[in-house]
Amino acid sequence: MLDKLFTYLQHPIVVKALIVGVLISLCSSLFGVTLVLKRYSFIGDGLSHVAFGAIAIATVFNLTNNMLLVLPVTVICAVLLLKTGQNTKIKGDAAIAMISVGALALGYLIMNVFSTSANISGDVCSTLFGSTSILTLSTTEVVLCIVLSVVVIAIFILFYNKIFAVTFDENFSKASGVRANAYNFLIAVVIAVIIVLAMNLVGSLLISALIIFPALSAMRLFNSFRSVTVFSAVFAVICSLLGLIISILAGTPVGSTIVAADVVAFLICCIIGIAVKNRASSH
Amino acid sequence: MSYITVKNLEVGYERKTITEPINFKVDKQDYLCIVGENGTGKSTLMKTLLGLIRPISGEITFGDGLKANEIGYLPQQTVVQRDFPASVKEIVLSGCQGRAGFRPFYNKEEKMLAKENMERMGIGQLADHCYRELSGGQQQRVLLARALCATRKVLLLDEPVSGLDPKVTAEMYDLIKNLNSEGITVIMISHDIAAAVKYATHILHIGNNIFYGSRDEYLESDEGKFFLSNREEGKKNAG
Repeated sequence: MLDKLFTYLQHPIVVKALIVGVLISLCSSLFGVTLVLKRYSFIGDGLSHVAFGAIAIATVFNLTNNMLLVLPVTVICAVLLLKTGQNTKIKGDAAIAMISVGALALGYLIMNVFSTSANISGDVCSTLFGSTSILTLSTTEVVLCIVLSVVVIAIFILFYNKIFAVTFDENFSKASGVRANAYNFLIAVVIAVIIVLAMNLVGSLLISALIIFPALSAMRLFNSFRSVTVFSAVFAVICSLLGLIISILAGTPVGSTIVAADVVAFLICCIIGIAVKNRASSH
Repeated sequence: MSYITVKNLEVGYERKTITEPINFKVDKQDYLCIVGENGTGKSTLMKTLLGLIRPISGEITFGDGLKANEIGYLPQQTVVQRDFPASVKEIVLSGCQGRAGFRPFYNKEEKMLAKENMERMGIGQLADHCYRELSGGQQQRVLLARALCATRKVLLLDEPVSGLDPKVTAEMYDLIKNLNSEGITVIMISHDIAAAVKYATHILHIGNNIFYGSRDEYLESDEGKFFLSNREEGKKNAG
């Protein structure tokens, strides 16, 4: 088993996949804590469907680089969605559901009507559930991913205190002169970038898992914002590595294996959390 | 010049006014209570004072060296905060965010300020505790300490005792009164008129009629008399 793993690790393709996988799950877990706390757990789902719709349109128009369309469209939707939190005509969760389902249906419709490909359901399936495309990454894509991840992590560290203040209490922050709207905008843009990046890895349906599982697991065990953030980052990296390695060894689909690893780890965290609480109360 | 002067201010949402024009001023070391029934626009007025929503007409002027963002705000608790994983220290420190500006991390001075204010509110020993595991009264003290990090001049408190039991409520009122005697101006929203009459120096009553004046003037006014007669009746009924 280990021999097999080491042979695989000699392949640059596998190394690339591991690098990209770890970075993407690290980025999404960092911002996941904020999103879960702001009650935007489903934004990953919603935005990834928007990205799916945009990809469908890009495919129809035969754009050589579909990122040029997908990224701006997703960013715009992210900004709109996070904005509805303050203006309550359509509540955040309803707005996400609406955009998510709408974009998914539209994307599939466009693909179906205009696509020239012979295997539409195969295309759709791989966009939604993630293909093996993480194992076919080019060096440029890996470099792009590394650069964007470094930017995302740097933004998170530099704005950590502001993100905390805005997440905990937006009104208080605004009243004390913090430019909460600007930071919300920043968070939205970063989220959109992460999601577009992550689509390569786990596909559009499973992005939510990368965002919510690390945060939820960390919240079972830790009590301060800093420890929750740090633990969810560690959790995300370990689960992605495990998921990737298992999927390579066992030949299972990458995205769902990573999510399965997340689910198992989440359950373990729940059990530890309950055990710790019981022990504390019995003392 | 007063800290805050409000002239013919009408507040509301989406260009719909929900109050008559309001006039009042807040001077240094005043203790102003804004009282009135639910739904009369107390919270909307407060949000307008804080600059969270725009006034529909009229004006708010800040003077006597007070800047608009030098007001410490104690909001009503939100659902999000109730299960938020954060330590007391982290929350109190976030009150310094306004003064930190674009600087990404807190400096020594700000950490000291947070520590002082935690001691001042009697929650120093809770610094590393989790906010969601504290009692209601302790949580209010945490938010008050945070507000004190944001201001040395004016506190705006939105129903600071809602959901607290009578003993903790009394402690909270005493705490606020002490801050006021230490020189901090207090503006408090409340529907507890009895407490308002007991502690405040000035009262702004929002409702069908708007009243603004000192506590004694309020007790002489129609609104005040109405309240007092209700209380007498309440006493009679209780007796």
